[in-house]
Amino acid sequence: MKHLLSARDLDRESIGSLLNLTDHMVEINKRPVPKVPALRGKTVASVFFEDSTRTRLSFETAAKRLSADVMTFSASSSSVNKGESIRDTVETLSAMGVDAFIVRHKSSGVPLAVTNWTSASVVNAGDGWHQHPTQALLDAYTITREKSTGNDLAGIRVAIVGDVKHSRVARSTTQVLTALGATVTFVAPTTLLPHDVSAQGAMASSSLDDVIDNCDVLYMLRMQKERMDHALIPPIGEYCERFALTSQRVQRLRSDALLMHPGPMNRGVEMQVDPSELAQSRILTQVTNGIAVRMAVLFSLLGSGSTSSLSQGNES
Amino acid sequence: MTSHSSRAPIAQTSPGSRIVISGGTVVSGGTESRVDVAVVDGVIVEVGTSLSGDISLDATDSYVSSGFVDLHTHLREPGREEAETIETGSRAAALGGYTAVVAMPNTDPAQDSVAVVEFVRNAGKRAGLCDVFPSGCITVGRHGEQLAPYAQLSRAGVHLFTDDGNGVQDPLLMRRALEYSRDLNIVLAQHCEVSRLTEGAVMHEGECCTHMGVPGWPALAEELMLYRDIELVRVTGAPMHFLHLSTAGSVELVRSAKRDGLPVTAEVTPHHLSLTDEHLTGFDPLFKVNPPLRTREDIDALIEGVRDGTIDAVATDHAPHTDHTKQMPLDQAPPGMLGLQTALAVTNTVIGLSPTQVVDLFSVNPARIAGIADQHARPIAVGEPAHIAVWDLATTTEISRNDMVSKSRNTPYHGMTVRGRVRHTMFGGEIVVQEGKAQK
Repeated sequence: MKHLLSARDLDRESIGSLLNLTDHMVEINKRPVPKVPALRGKTVASVFFEDSTRTRLSFETAAKRLSADVMTFSASSSSVNKGESIRDTVETLSAMGVDAFIVRHKSSGVPLAVTNWTSASVVNAGDGWHQHPTQALLDAYTITREKSTGNDLAGIRVAIVGDVKHSRVARSTTQVLTALGATVTFVAPTTLLPHDVSAQGAMASSSLDDVIDNCDVLYMLRMQKERMDHALIPPIGEYCERFALTSQRVQRLRSDALLMHPGPMNRGVEMQVDPSELAQSRILTQVTNGIAVRMAVLFSLLGSGSTSSLSQGNES
Repeated sequence: MTSHSSRAPIAQTSPGSRIVISGGTVVSGGTESRVDVAVVDGVIVEVGTSLSGDISLDATDSYVSSGFVDLHTHLREPGREEAETIETGSRAAALGGYTAVVAMPNTDPAQDSVAVVEFVRNAGKRAGLCDVFPSGCITVGRHGEQLAPYAQLSRAGVHLFTDDGNGVQDPLLMRRALEYSRDLNIVLAQHCEVSRLTEGAVMHEGECCTHMGVPGWPALAEELMLYRDIELVRVTGAPMHFLHLSTAGSVELVRSAKRDGLPVTAEVTPHHLSLTDEHLTGFDPLFKVNPPLRTREDIDALIEGVRDGTIDAVATDHAPHTDHTKQMPLDQAPPGMLGLQTALAVTNTVIGLSPTQVVDLFSVNPARIAGIADQHARPIAVGEPAHIAVWDLATTTEISRNDMVSKSRNTPYHGMTVRGRVRHTMFGGEIVVQEGKAQK
């Protein structure tokens, strides 16, 4: 694997091997010194044209735990504001010696374009409404390990609730989960559904109440209040009444169901309960797993290919 | 003249010299005949067999017709000279067999005043590669708020008016524009797009855009405005031309309007006949265009519309953009692609045209719509102006972006093998293109 640009590029087998590799990384992260020299001498550039502190920190932490050097570029404090093109930015950083670019951009397709301008590996850290493949992998990892299903999600029913249309998370997570056999239902008003739901291998429902009793995973998406301004939803109160996780709805969530959210949460909007009080919540587990999954991705792009280097440092 | 150059010898067209286009098949008035054409001082002086002259232009195995007329050319000057100038765009036109182009008004400043249209026309004259007919705006500044001075612009020679790039959103204003234009012997041309339905839109709304996570441009946005305008034509009686139709539904609306006898005409671009939204799956802005590339079903309907006469003309929507703007992210890059040099070959490759169809779609019908049929698309006959294209429909070539003479090179056809070519172009009796090479 040279790049990780889209969950669509991953088949069941490659997802499985990344998840297995993530098991190694989880083990490393539990050590007293959670660091291995696997990527020593490699340089990883995190290039975030769109701010996202948590994703950037997750990637950078992952790179550091593998002993890679990290170069941080953030658009808000850079030459992008002076009109430098993405191409020039990438070519300039590339000339400094970069082995992998971690790219986040508000426009769909930018990480793919970046591959034209560098010989380094490129990891998509979120582009527009398009893709966020490491989020998809960490979600798959969380569900498979919490449900102890191996790498198989056959029979697992996932409800993804909220603004699916504008969500790269929904788009990529659906692809990975369905590749592993899960059944995904988008729960949203039609205005917040993508144009062609079936093309994404999902089903759709406009009623959270219809699906909440019988889902194995309830995956809530962040709802931006600004959507009201574009006539996508009526006043937020009506949206919440139909699609928010309320204390009443939580009662109907099965005890063995998993409650997930890609973050950041919008408390009081889609989340009207405190997830820290819910046994089903795996929201912080997702965050923890995110580091391990990103370590696995970086290792599979830049590493030697042998997992023996992951054992080094275990003595300490 | 030294002869060490590998270029084709430049034919000297000094005053009084007699140029004979020999060995070709003349396509004119719906018939084909194997005759030579002699030209002196910009005028056809003889049509017959075995003619001789001072200069011979070989047309063996080729068709000889009136020069092509493009209804839809963005020359970018004034305002965006880094992307194209009137001279470079005229050269691309000549290489495409065009002897006249209608220059779209979305320049900066816009072509909404006599001063600007005179500037464009004169710059075209200075380039001397084809006639440049400026279009005018429907509304001042293309802002959709106030009628442009149609009568003044018409006196300055403008026949076709459009806010191309924008559709006229306000139905009241559009009705007034049609009413006001009716007695002026001009034609309003609409870019059909209800802009509220396409805010932020990047490509056709369909399966591809769903996977790609980019906002879709629904067919409905084109068809709604087209439907509205057809009904306004019905009410006002003013003629109207519809630019770059892209959907199956649009073809059906125009077909039905023509069946009702309404004075409407329509054009299609080579790219809407040849490319689909699937070309965008690599996020390459070269394939971003407005209206967007649609689906195979739309292409089939457009081709049927061309065949049955619903669509009158092929128009290029030649839209140069610099490399650096076309390397922006797909949602930020400007829409548009080059078209002048590749129009005949691409269209022929997709549809398989007859020689008479070429003349109708590329010359006669667009000249009529542009209101220049007294000067262009004339019969190949004695006394007529020598605006002539020599082309064939059989030669296979591979399109290369490096062959584009526009200031920009944003062709979507790089590497594509096509059938048909333009060999020579004669503009006002002057050989401006010979064997596919620009002569000035």
